[in-house]
Amino acid sequence: MSVTTSAPPRLTGKSASNSFQSVLWAEWIKFRTVRGWIIALVLAAAATFFLCYETAAGPHTGGCSGLPAGAICTSALPTVVPTGPGGGGVADTYEFVHHTLTRDGTVTAEITSLAGVTATNASNVQGSPSASHPGLASWAKAGLLLTPSTTQGSAYAAVMATGSHGVHFQYNYTHDTSGVAGTVTMPTSRWLRLVRSGDRITGYASTNGQRWTEVGSADLTGLPATVQVGLFATSPLTFHGDTGYPTLATAMFDHLNVDGSPASNSWLGQDIGTGRTSFYPTLATGSFHNSGTSVVVSGSGDIAPAVVQGLEGTHTASSSLLLGLIVGLLVVIVVAAMFVTTEYRRGLIRTTFTAIPARGRVLVAKGLVVGAIVFALSLVVMAVIVPLGQHLLRAHGNYVFSANTLTQVRIEIGASAVVAMAAITAIALSAMVRRAAVAITGSAAVFVLPFILAAAAGGGASAWLLRLTPAAGLSMLQALPHYSQVSYAYTLGNGYYPLTPLAGFAVVCGYTVIALAAATVLLNRRDA
Amino acid sequence: MIEQTIEVTDLHKRFGPTQALDGMTFTVAPGTVTGFVGPNGAGKSTTIRVILGLDAPDQGRALVGGQVYQHLRYPLRHVGALVDAGALQPSRTGRNHLLWMARSQKLTASRVDEVIELVGLTSAARRKAGGYSLGMRQRLGIAAAMLGDPPVLILDEPFNGMDPEGIIWIRRFLRSLAAEGRSVLVSSHLMGELEDMADQVVVVGRGKVLAHASVEELVARASGDQVLLRTPAPDQAVKALQRARAAATVIDRNTLSVTGIEAQRAVEILGQAGVAFSEVTAQRASLEDVYLQLTGGEAEFRAAVDGQVGR
Repeated sequence: MSVTTSAPPRLTGKSASNSFQSVLWAEWIKFRTVRGWIIALVLAAAATFFLCYETAAGPHTGGCSGLPAGAICTSALPTVVPTGPGGGGVADTYEFVHHTLTRDGTVTAEITSLAGVTATNASNVQGSPSASHPGLASWAKAGLLLTPSTTQGSAYAAVMATGSHGVHFQYNYTHDTSGVAGTVTMPTSRWLRLVRSGDRITGYASTNGQRWTEVGSADLTGLPATVQVGLFATSPLTFHGDTGYPTLATAMFDHLNVDGSPASNSWLGQDIGTGRTSFYPTLATGSFHNSGTSVVVSGSGDIAPAVVQGLEGTHTASSSLLLGLIVGLLVVIVVAAMFVTTEYRRGLIRTTFTAIPARGRVLVAKGLVVGAIVFALSLVVMAVIVPLGQHLLRAHGNYVFSANTLTQVRIEIGASAVVAMAAITAIALSAMVRRAAVAITGSAAVFVLPFILAAAAGGGASAWLLRLTPAAGLSMLQALPHYSQVSYAYTLGNGYYPLTPLAGFAVVCGYTVIALAAATVLLNRRDA
Repeated sequence: MIEQTIEVTDLHKRFGPTQALDGMTFTVAPGTVTGFVGPNGAGKSTTIRVILGLDAPDQGRALVGGQVYQHLRYPLRHVGALVDAGALQPSRTGRNHLLWMARSQKLTASRVDEVIELVGLTSAARRKAGGYSLGMRQRLGIAAAMLGDPPVLILDEPFNGMDPEGIIWIRRFLRSLAAEGRSVLVSSHLMGELEDMADQVVVVGRGKVLAHASVEELVARASGDQVLLRTPAPDQAVKALQRARAAATVIDRNTLSVTGIEAQRAVEILGQAGVAFSEVTAQRASLEDVYLQLTGGEAEFRAAVDGQVGR
């Protein structure tokens, strides 16, 4: 026999309060029944759209009209950024000493030295070996490379020694695996080996040519039977602050050996992607020569994802958005503040708290209502202007780094979410200070000022502002990822934020949550 | 109608140097209109804000239907309040103002239209509230108070700025609500406004209750047993009354003021003594007189303090 017990009826339950749904509904009616607020938000959306449009369609330094897709202007000379297999812009500039390999095979070489020079002049000055000083770039690369084609942007796999990052296996520009650490000097040479088996390419490294360890492997699907294999050397810009200096690396190879299908004896040396149409600044064109049993290869450039937003005339999916977003954000802050402060000014807040004694719920409901409307409006604007802005830039002859759909959607959602969070925070601040002028000034100061300061300050101060203040949310606009295998001035000026998009958004959310919590405590302690 | 009371017990509250509430205690019974009177600054509005959970008292408590206001689920279904009729968003229509309140209580839009009809605001309901006259705002406030069909109603100075017609309407309306068994608390700084409407009167001054009684009791207490007597022979009348141990004072040539006996007894005494008289009237104090008696000192004190503090 079972005994059923029923809970005693609750007497004065503290939990009793209006259901959140009813509070949300009430606040939604409050917002939508003041036409001025709706009009202001629609105008904010229109202003954001207009400013983004004008930024994208307006004149740009370095832009040349009537150029083919992928062309940019530097020093009034059209150049081309190659597109990699992944669809992104890539640097593909190096010296390649190669010959044909048909079907499966193995290439082995010992790299006995790797040395380099750095230009005395910055990358905007035509490089010359005479204007240089010794200095090996940390990401100078020399090793073995396999590619179906010597066209820029082709698929490839390579195993290499680097200036100071040890042995790496890389393929298709964005993929990078590190192997044996240490630099290459005479007593510690590196043996490298690249093996093709079907579509699979595997890189190995050894310190003695006897014991091999795998560094990494890649499946290059659709690889043709006949590919080019050989030695390569390249050396990227090295940065001091925001300034890049071209470099040149020289590698000495020994014990070069190609197994497998019959290989012609003629090794062909070729500059890939150098010359006047290359966008990637080089110190000098590459070269190779035999020196006894050794082959000496020199190269300048990089085989990596492109990061040259800072060069004139290059743009990203988000580079037209900032001004429009800041103007829209200011209007949103005003409307959000008014949604709270007019209630205080008119004494309506007492009616509200009489109808809904749970004051924290009122605050959260107000935030959700304004946040959701702002998010929806912003998302519509962003979903149109992000693709349209890129189209306009390209139509006017500017180079736009292609961003994949996922990145574009993240920029659209992210920008809208940050504006929505700003609106919610403005609501919390308004509930704390109760006066429109103070609330609007304070919210604008919290959300817009740090970004302006960060843009003006530059350097370390800028990075810390973008990490610690609500301006961190603008990381959501980051269109190009940081690549650890590419040395670059990853600064705000070049379109890079110190935090990842989600980390930056988390910082904004942190501020919003703190503001809501503080406002709720204050509302509950204060007489209405 | 579930009958519910308002119980205010020993409320204390201090705003800076001002003791706004100093042991405020009273109860509003169901089925009555209770007037809540006192000079400006006596603590009426603060008491009402404490009842509505807007202000927290330093000490004491206020219950509505046995519950603290903050613990009421959908409070407008328990308590309807008109605190500040001007508390409106001017660009929102009257109907939309009521609509958000209704939705916060899980009430329907048709209930909104019912209360609009009830207060006679149908023609103006879809106009912006910013254009409403003071009287229309008061009606909108009463409509808001009636939204949840509450057993308890609290109105703070509902007559302020109303035209005579509106005042009569509110009086009738509040009487009818009490007749339905609701508890109605109406504050005013003018006792005259409550005459002919309030069953009970709570007179307050300096944050506490000075008197809480029915209107009749209050009037009787203030009037004493004063009788007005008109006679062509005032001297004889005085002698006859003094023999019966009543005090009489000559007011003018043929009018006497008599205290210590009722009018009926005065007629008997004069009849037995054979003194002619033309009129005997039991003198009644007005509610206004009572109020002035009770609060006169307070009001003066207030005025002096107000002058200093500049509140």
